Amino acid sequence: MTGEVVVAARDLCRYYTVGGGLFARGQILKAVDGASFTLRTGRTLAVVGESGCGKSTLARLVTMVERPSSGRLEICGTDPVGVDRETKRRLRRSVQIVFQDPYGSLNPRQKVATILAEPLVINTRKSARERREAVAAMMRRVGLRPELGRRYPHMFSGGQRQRIAVARALMLEPAVVVLDEPVSALDLSIQAQVLNLLEDLQAELGLAYLFISHDLSVVRYIADEIMVMYLGRPVEQGPREALFAEPLHPYTRALLAATPVADPRRRRRRDRSALGGETPSPIDPPSGCPFHPRCPLADARCRRERPEPLQRGDRQVACHAVEEGRGP
Amino acid sequence: MAGPPETLPEAAADITAGPEPPGPMREFWHHYRQNRGAVVGLGFLVFLVLLALFADFVAPHPPDAQYRDAFLTPPVWQEGGSWRFPLGTDATGRDILSRIVFGSRYSLSIGFLVIVLSLLGGITIGLVAGFSGGWIDSLVMRLMDVLIAIPGLLLALVVVAIMGPGLFNAMFAIAIVYLPHFVRLTRAATLAELSRDYVTGSRVAGAGLPRLMFVTVLPNCMPPLIVQATLSFSTAVLDMAALGFLGMGAQPPTPEWGTMLADAREFILRAWWVVTFPGMAILLTVLAINLVGDGLRDVLDPKLKRS
Repeated sequence: MTGEVVVAARDLCRYYTVGGGLFARGQILKAVDGASFTLRTGRTLAVVGESGCGKSTLARLVTMVERPSSGRLEICGTDPVGVDRETKRRLRRSVQIVFQDPYGSLNPRQKVATILAEPLVINTRKSARERREAVAAMMRRVGLRPELGRRYPHMFSGGQRQRIAVARALMLEPAVVVLDEPVSALDLSIQAQVLNLLEDLQAELGLAYLFISHDLSVVRYIADEIMVMYLGRPVEQGPREALFAEPLHPYTRALLAATPVADPRRRRRRDRSALGGETPSPIDPPSGCPFHPRCPLADARCRRERPEPLQRGDRQVACHAVEEGRGP
Repeated sequence: MAGPPETLPEAAADITAGPEPPGPMREFWHHYRQNRGAVVGLGFLVFLVLLALFADFVAPHPPDAQYRDAFLTPPVWQEGGSWRFPLGTDATGRDILSRIVFGSRYSLSIGFLVIVLSLLGGITIGLVAGFSGGWIDSLVMRLMDVLIAIPGLLLALVVVAIMGPGLFNAMFAIAIVYLPHFVRLTRAATLAELSRDYVTGSRVAGAGLPRLMFVTVLPNCMPPLIVQATLSFSTAVLDMAALGFLGMGAQPPTPEWGTMLADAREFILRAWWVVTFPGMAILLTVLAINLVGDGLRDVLDPKLKRS
């Protein structure tokens, strides 16, 4: 079941024009600037980074809400740009999304059963009865009683709503589910429940997850592969174990060092590479490597030349220091 | 690392169903009841609707029957009044009470039709503007600004002057006066809703534009629109009376309240009852509708909702 490529992105870019008016030219914001990755069935690719690094834009690109400014995106082997309506419809069905905020992602004026049935109403010719059965089955699958379908979303807790959101995303039997920070709005104990649910569903249905998060402890729990992004560009990409065991890129190291440790005995030697400074504005990114103003290893070349992702074993790293072997 | 460890409790699969939640109507009534003024207003409005429906049975005389023996009879409690004409008669001997009772038909249906017209137009234009954005949005909104900049009654007069006086034309004119308010409200609510995740979710599920507009977004924009509609209902009744008073609305002998006032203009000093009672009818109706609107706003406006 695993192994089939369902999403392939090459040099995906999405630029926005911000500001500007009748007479002023707007500035270009590079929200995503050259992201490449592949996602296979049954696997989870986690996208990690600070806020403003382009994670959510990536989600909007993969779900085809927005078109890439350049680069190539293939979903189930088809490029969604410039295909006919029918193919587009089919592709739409195969990618669904779960949002961060379970309070905003469910239509407050519709009953849960209506919310869950909507994708079927739009995309299938199922009869009302078949739809009702499908909804009930899906509610059971995510651990909710089918009778609850008569309620409105505001009558549920955050965790229950997130289950509803997951159920809605799965109604069309998609191949890919984009999870845009699906647990960061939930309590820790509820987070675990939802993560377990997601894992079970993935194992059952062979789903591919694009898991967007800023919470490394969650990522460590659920991801197979990890892509670390900084200012719209992936800086390091690789399998979870390797990346957590030996982070190569200075930004990845800083992120791992910044994650709090609950166990005082296991506290790691304080890594000196904890991040200072702020994320630069993506409208006016630094020259050369965008990370150089905050990087402890930066030198003249980093300020001048933008590093390209280089293959190192099973990982890709975009860093001059790693390439030259200048360790900390 | 403080993460979800491997030994997590299993997902709590059984979430208890609990008692059946109250229906939205019952919940609505529960909150609405808290506002006593609104309940009184609603009561009066229901009374008015019944009066309009059964005017034929309630009114003691036909609205346009003239009694040549009883010009300007004062109301019953004044010297010279009689129970035959409880609120007196006007200058042509018509029973004022009957005319007010029949007039409620006009006032209510005028208010209702005006609101339906401008609500339909406003929702459609507002949704289109909100969804399309860009130059269409700017164009529509600037047009609406122009309409708002003209004083309402003046604009209505212009429209009536172009289309000719008459009940329907006056209603149309008033509907145009109120249109911009509904367009702006709808557009603002649409823009607020469009940025929310459930709209993106519907999009990802493949919802087309009409579905997004009317099924996904519109129901969430309704509360402010309902409140605005109720409050505009009362001003529509007032404006219609004003147009009637200026001779641009309902034409005599229609027993429309504003027209009745206009007819009575010459007798204000001699026979106070000819103007007072239609005026009171307008006042009470508008007051009742405003109370209802206030109550609705308390219940429906999410910003005021306590929960």
